[in-house]
Amino acid sequence: MKKMAIIATKGTLDMAYPPFILGSTAAALGYEVQIFFTFYGLQLLRKDLSDVKISPLANPAMPMPIPMPVMVQMLPGMETMATMMMKDKLKKKGVASLEELRSLCLEADVKFIACQMTVDLFDFKKSDFLENIEFGGAATFLEFAGDTDICLFV
Amino acid sequence: MQVDKELDARGMNCPLPILKTKKSLADMTSGQVLKVVSTDCGSVKDMQAFSNQTGNELLSSTEASGEYIFLLKKK
Repeated sequence: MKKMAIIATKGTLDMAYPPFILGSTAAALGYEVQIFFTFYGLQLLRKDLSDVKISPLANPAMPMPIPMPVMVQMLPGMETMATMMMKDKLKKKGVASLEELRSLCLEADVKFIACQMTVDLFDFKKSDFLENIEFGGAATFLEFAGDTDICLFV
Repeated sequence: MQVDKELDARGMNCPLPILKTKKSLADMTSGQVLKVVSTDCGSVKDMQAFSNQTGNELLSSTEASGEYIFLLKKK
């Protein structure tokens, strides 16, 4: 059986998609998949994903309906607005929500590993995270990653 | 061609048509034919790639008025 390992290090809406899309699709293609969530990526394992947002700030490649100066992007509420607009667009274009892709990963036996060090570092509570995940460190990840066909850092 | 099951993947975008196809095939028996209808033009290459990698034969891949129709034979 082919294997794929992904390290997910980012916790924004846009960067949350690649690990879940590739993880679920690889599983559908018959791969054994593990995703290791570390630093900000850990936010993607929270039971509630509603705090996962996208920011137009320092993100000049983000297509905007109207050109928006950085000074405006800094205003309170802009991040929430950009996130709402992005989620609306994803839905309109038939792109699955993060929640849906994550469930599809779990259904297909994609293994999620949360970085224990990050949990300690940010004083996260394990109860905030999904129940069917494991906690581990670099050596745990490398044991699986060392034997994979595809290994990605996102 | 006898179709045993049909999947309506209209309006879905990558990777949903592939994931739903995989799910639909899961409760079919070997040799049965699944028809998938998609509106995602990316699914044309993806369905072929899915077939190549999973061994479920892609019997046909056609397009008609913006809809892509695939016939897959379960391995």
